[in-house]
Amino acid sequence: MAAHSAHRHADARAGWLPALLPLAIFLAAAARVPASAAGAQRVVVLDWVPSLGVSLNLNVDGLSLLFVLIVSFVGAVVFVFCGVYLGGHPHRLRFYALLSAFMLSMLALVLVDNLVALFVFWELTTLTSYLLIGFEHDQAAARANARQALLVTGAGGLVLLVGILLLGRMAGSTDVSALVARGQALRAHPLYLPALVCILVGALTKSAQFPFHFWLPNAMAAPTPISAFLHSATMVKAGIYLMARLHPVLGGTAAWMGTLVVVGAITALLGAFLAMGQKDLKRLLAYTTIMALGIMTMFLGGRTTPTLTAAMTFLMVHALYKSALFLVVGTIDHQTGSRHLPDLGGLGRAMPLTGLAAAAAALSMAGFPLFFGFVGKEIMYKGALTEDLFPDFATLAALVSNALMTAVAAILLLRVFAGRLRVPGDTPREAGAGMWLGPLMLGGLGIFFGVCPDWVGRHLIEPAVLAFHPQADQIHLKRFFGFNEALLLSVVTLVFGALAYAGRGALARLIGALEQRPPFSPERIYARLLEFTAVFAAHHTRIVQNGSLQRYLAVIFMAVVAGAGIPALRAGFNLPAIDPILETLALVEILLVALMSAALAVVVAARTRLLAVCGLGVVGAGSAMIFLWHGAPDVALTQLLVETLTVIIVALVLLRLPPLPRPLSSPGRRVLNAAVALAAGTLVAGLLLAVGGSELDRSVTAYYEAYSYTKAHGRNIVNVILVDFRSFDTLGEIVVVAVAGLAGLALICGGKPCNR
Amino acid sequence: MQSVILSTATRLLVGLILVFAVYLLWRGHHLPGGGFAAALVAATGFALFVLAEGPAAVRRALRADPRQITAAGLAMALAAGILPLLWAEPFLTGLWWTPEAGPALGTPLIFDAGVFLAVLGAVLTLVLALEEH
Repeated sequence: MAAHSAHRHADARAGWLPALLPLAIFLAAAARVPASAAGAQRVVVLDWVPSLGVSLNLNVDGLSLLFVLIVSFVGAVVFVFCGVYLGGHPHRLRFYALLSAFMLSMLALVLVDNLVALFVFWELTTLTSYLLIGFEHDQAAARANARQALLVTGAGGLVLLVGILLLGRMAGSTDVSALVARGQALRAHPLYLPALVCILVGALTKSAQFPFHFWLPNAMAAPTPISAFLHSATMVKAGIYLMARLHPVLGGTAAWMGTLVVVGAITALLGAFLAMGQKDLKRLLAYTTIMALGIMTMFLGGRTTPTLTAAMTFLMVHALYKSALFLVVGTIDHQTGSRHLPDLGGLGRAMPLTGLAAAAAALSMAGFPLFFGFVGKEIMYKGALTEDLFPDFATLAALVSNALMTAVAAILLLRVFAGRLRVPGDTPREAGAGMWLGPLMLGGLGIFFGVCPDWVGRHLIEPAVLAFHPQADQIHLKRFFGFNEALLLSVVTLVFGALAYAGRGALARLIGALEQRPPFSPERIYARLLEFTAVFAAHHTRIVQNGSLQRYLAVIFMAVVAGAGIPALRAGFNLPAIDPILETLALVEILLVALMSAALAVVVAARTRLLAVCGLGVVGAGSAMIFLWHGAPDVALTQLLVETLTVIIVALVLLRLPPLPRPLSSPGRRVLNAAVALAAGTLVAGLLLAVGGSELDRSVTAYYEAYSYTKAHGRNIVNVILVDFRSFDTLGEIVVVAVAGLAGLALICGGKPCNR
Repeated sequence: MQSVILSTATRLLVGLILVFAVYLLWRGHHLPGGGFAAALVAATGFALFVLAEGPAAVRRALRADPRQITAAGLAMALAAGILPLLWAEPFLTGLWWTPEAGPALGTPLIFDAGVFLAVLGAVLTLVLALEEH
């Protein structure tokens, strides 16, 4: 018993060790903060695919640094949290591996300068997110939701790639630093609009903007710390990052502003409104995240310093309070076994430290004075009022969604933590230190930055804004901006929020009814598309892959004959005279060909499979002899070995097959087969003769001959090509061999588990 | 079907065949041979073993699941590719160590050993599964 509890104890601390990696990254990034605030920028040059102009250059400026700090800090907190949360979960090692892979991809995404490299890391975050959402892979819902997130963000990622390639064509480079220098010309380019649309589709799907927002609440199937990390603080902000990064390249035009302000405002309003109707605390937080992402998108649509400062400030405000709240919900779920809003109440007394963290985060979310959220809201209204396009619309959208956010914060705080204790099971206890410490630190930072916004503004926010908006008129964050319109709007927000909280029952009923029968549901369109794809694929497979190997082979050979034969005939076969070739034939070759022909006749006439296989073996061995005769011992050796193994494997398979049917095929079919075989054989023979008769370009051969020994230390050119000159091809081939082995195993086992 | 002659001969032959396979792998850089051919030779040896003694005996002798052998081979080939990155060379560049006496040794040998294991594991996966099911 003691040993068991000691083991559990060790498990609970398991998160501290992997947390060292993000912690080290955080400290390294924090050490760069003073230099970054002074305007320094660090570039690390790394080549990757120079032939395609793709580099892995890292560019550490204010914007990257802000993201690196958020990702690594929240990462460290989440790793520690997971140690307790997962306890003795059997797959926790896989979990840490995936989480680390995600974190490193995310960090690389915000650091690389090249857009193609950014795309690669973008897709890596999509893939790791897919695996993490589907972490509980024995649940069908987790698998379906993971697939949905993968398909929506993956499709968006492909569109983004098109946009990146378009930009590359327009500018002649995919390095952001080069694109920024050519921003003016790019915005006037005729391809500007297509490129903009493609890039925005990628960014908006990733950041769950309307109408692609539906994947995010479903992604809550992931373990809660994953939601805290990926789906609130980091991955969903990759789209925001990309829009900020490309703001000096693509931003500031009417198309940019119109799209982002409208899409962002709709998303913010929709997210805030739907959050009011949620019973599951995680889905509730997911909708508030959609609202926050909408707000950031809306402000990135602007082009004045206040609007862009608002976007960056809110990014940081949101990352702090939302990851804290998600972790708090994870703690509640872990300690009480429920995260269903009506089941919970009065947890503050039972779990005081968690309650304290929740209070700090929720008050920041509601935007109370002296909390970081207040500063964020002030600057938000300041920004909305100075928008170039639709300032009134933006202000109204920000006001309504902020008021609803205040109401949601009140629900979280008052309904869950205040009042009489209400839980489904026994009275819960406070969670371990690993669980409350992180949220408490995140909440505490929200207070610290709220009290001294000046410091965080000068060191983190201003350098971030400067990185993509190099204007002199920086906005310095203040604890209190004075009595102005923004303050008035903040007060109005709190009042409206109180009203919305009072009317939450009616709102929830309205939303419940709307969710039952939605007037417009992108999710249903997604489901229809998925169904259609499955039906179409099944239909298509029945025609193309009907399972008859004979038909496959016939189609393949006919395609080869048509594809290679017709162009060859058109170009005019330049066959050399056959007589001189025949004269040089040695007696051995003639005898071998005669033997092979006889074996072939046996194959065609054979009445048992074994005889046919033996005949084919003779043909293969004969061709190996011919290779040997012509001085290609490597090819001959491989050919002989493959023939030997094929005979062994086929003999094993033969034992399992029924005898050949009689007759094997109809006369018409036999004629067709003979015609296809003759045509293919004639074509190959003709091509070989033509190739042998023409002058060969020996430059590649000469290169291998010259360097095989001097550079690759090998005298056997075939092997040197395989393992050195063209080893990348070989790597691909052995992967194919390995996959073929596994696929064959699955076929042999017939769908049953193969593990012995 | 147990045959005394076959199993006695197999005992002698399998060891020889495997030694020959390793020899083919080693000499492949200068003379006919190499990882792929060596893997096929070794697989033939194991196939003989399977026919003489049955798949269970072969699995005992192998100790590792053939799928793990494949995975180890892929990992080795990949490692041979990643190693040069540490010296800031492109992926899969051959790194060589040329001592005064004796043959030059380099990452392509590791790569070829990876090819050997990957192919051997894949063929054995199929042969053993076919014999067992």
